[in-house]
Amino acid sequence: MIGYLVIRLSQSLLVLMIMSFVIYSLIGLMPGDPIDLMISSDPYMTSEDAAHLRSLYGLDLPIYERYWNWLMSALGGDFGYSRLYNQPVAQVLVPALMNSVQLLVVALVLSISVAVPAGVLAAYRQRSVFDYSVNLFAFAGISIPQFWLGLMLIMLFAVLLGWLPAGGIAPEGAPLGEQLRYLLLPAITLTMTSIGSHARYIRSAMLEVLRQDYIRTARAKGAGASRVIWRHALRNALIPFVTVLALDFGFLFSGALIVETIFAWPGMGKLIFDAIMGNDYNLALLSLMLATALVLTGNLLADLAYAWLDPRIKLGSRG
Amino acid sequence: MKHYSPTQLALKRLRSHKLAMISIGILVSLAILVISADLFTALLGIDPNAVNLMNRTAPPSAEHWLGTDVLGRDVLARLLYGGRVSLFVGLTAALAAASIGTFIGLCAGYFGGRLDALLMRTTDSVLALPALPVLIVLAALDLKKIGLPDEIAYSENVSFFRIVFIVALLGWTTVARLVRGATLTIKERDFVFAAEGSGGSHFGIMFRHILPNLVSSIIVAVTLSTGSVILLESTLSFLGLGIQPPMASWGAMLTNAQETIWEAPMLAVYPGLLILITVISFNFLGDGLQDALDPRATS
Repeated sequence: MIGYLVIRLSQSLLVLMIMSFVIYSLIGLMPGDPIDLMISSDPYMTSEDAAHLRSLYGLDLPIYERYWNWLMSALGGDFGYSRLYNQPVAQVLVPALMNSVQLLVVALVLSISVAVPAGVLAAYRQRSVFDYSVNLFAFAGISIPQFWLGLMLIMLFAVLLGWLPAGGIAPEGAPLGEQLRYLLLPAITLTMTSIGSHARYIRSAMLEVLRQDYIRTARAKGAGASRVIWRHALRNALIPFVTVLALDFGFLFSGALIVETIFAWPGMGKLIFDAIMGNDYNLALLSLMLATALVLTGNLLADLAYAWLDPRIKLGSRG
Repeated sequence: MKHYSPTQLALKRLRSHKLAMISIGILVSLAILVISADLFTALLGIDPNAVNLMNRTAPPSAEHWLGTDVLGRDVLARLLYGGRVSLFVGLTAALAAASIGTFIGLCAGYFGGRLDALLMRTTDSVLALPALPVLIVLAALDLKKIGLPDEIAYSENVSFFRIVFIVALLGWTTVARLVRGATLTIKERDFVFAAEGSGGSHFGIMFRHILPNLVSSIIVAVTLSTGSVILLESTLSFLGLGIQPPMASWGAMLTNAQETIWEAPMLAVYPGLLILITVISFNFLGDGLQDALDPRATS
């Protein structure tokens, strides 16, 4: 187990290093550079001044040298300043990450608490009206544009009915109920697209498990139908589902970018979008790398959880 | 007793998949509608890009069947022209991604060894990227810095080719994995050994003997990914990074919908509804094709 862990961990770190270079190069290809921004705000700056500043900040060096310099100061804990927020980048990122985690956790809990019972019931009543509805819902979920779903929910609940706020986050120290009012629409938008496919996944995993011999054994020994389904079958069906959840993390994160932008939720996704659109290079760089690291961690956790939850899997057998 | 060829059997199975058949009907009528957009606007004498600030957010009328948008442009005409762009981007990008993926998957599966390891680790790395944020960066890149001349980098149609290109650049991974897996099993079959024994070249064997066996899975993958590409295009265009005005796409038509949701809510409804109908049709069709072409893999 330890050997496997070390191999997987070092693989992920290697991928993260390569990806950080790719992201660094991509950010370097975005329009303008920090000196251009200084020039546009200072009419007295000459082109000699600009060239001088470029060499002062090391912007005239080749890309790999600039990357190396950035990496060294980043490893020392210095990620630079955010242009939009006039604060060190790390200080901007932490509260945004907290807000995103809040949104993602609520969305995930919502998704699981609907998808698991729905999937189990669909498997139990295979080919029933309920089963077909779950299927239809799953297809609608992967086919609906997430930003449009958000717009429609805003239109219905904020504009027409006026029940919920159209966006933003509750002020600091607001009561829990008030905070939930702001969380509800973004969280629903975020989960709606995955609830159906999660339920479908649970359904097929359940059908697979219900065919196994140990289920028949449990029934033969006199266990009731509900006990067999919830205790014996669901436990085994959940193993692949945990992997799916962890692998879905990247997808959820992309969804969070859209949802946060539409609902003006001050999280990581909105931060990345604003940073890219506002030429905030340092902020864009670090938040993109953090997002990559999170997705990689999700994949790693999926592998480890799979190995840990299912003792039948031989560790280290796959590269 | 009547005998059926495998193709006839597949068509028979597809015909029994009701949702897939309805989807084909919807997609064909949508295609006819967007292709005949020129005819329609010529008949009614409408220019889809003509701004008329005296006639903003007008309700439906004899002249403007679905009313006008915030700049006074005819909504129906823009929906048709936008649909043309959205459908065309979806199909070309899905095909381009599938071609890249097929080539990489064939090479990885057929040659194996180090090349396989390298290509598959690359695939893993691309999959580890947070897709949407990276697409946004790619869509915001300054094309001049990559060395493209001004007349291309700032031309009107560049947003169209750029989006096809970047979606293909990130979207090939699914097909690559699929093709690699299938190639691994097919290359152990006798007819491949026979082709090798009779002196066939590597690429000849890959494309003439192995590829034809993969066509049905690739068709399913392309159909399913066309739907998701249309979704991606609409998202990027909505965020202002995809198709640029005056060109319309369904996503681009929703760009300012959030600000005008109070004065003209229907402007936000039509394009989104069309995206939903189109994408769900592609997904149902892909599902039906999967059942029809690969009857063993039914769940």
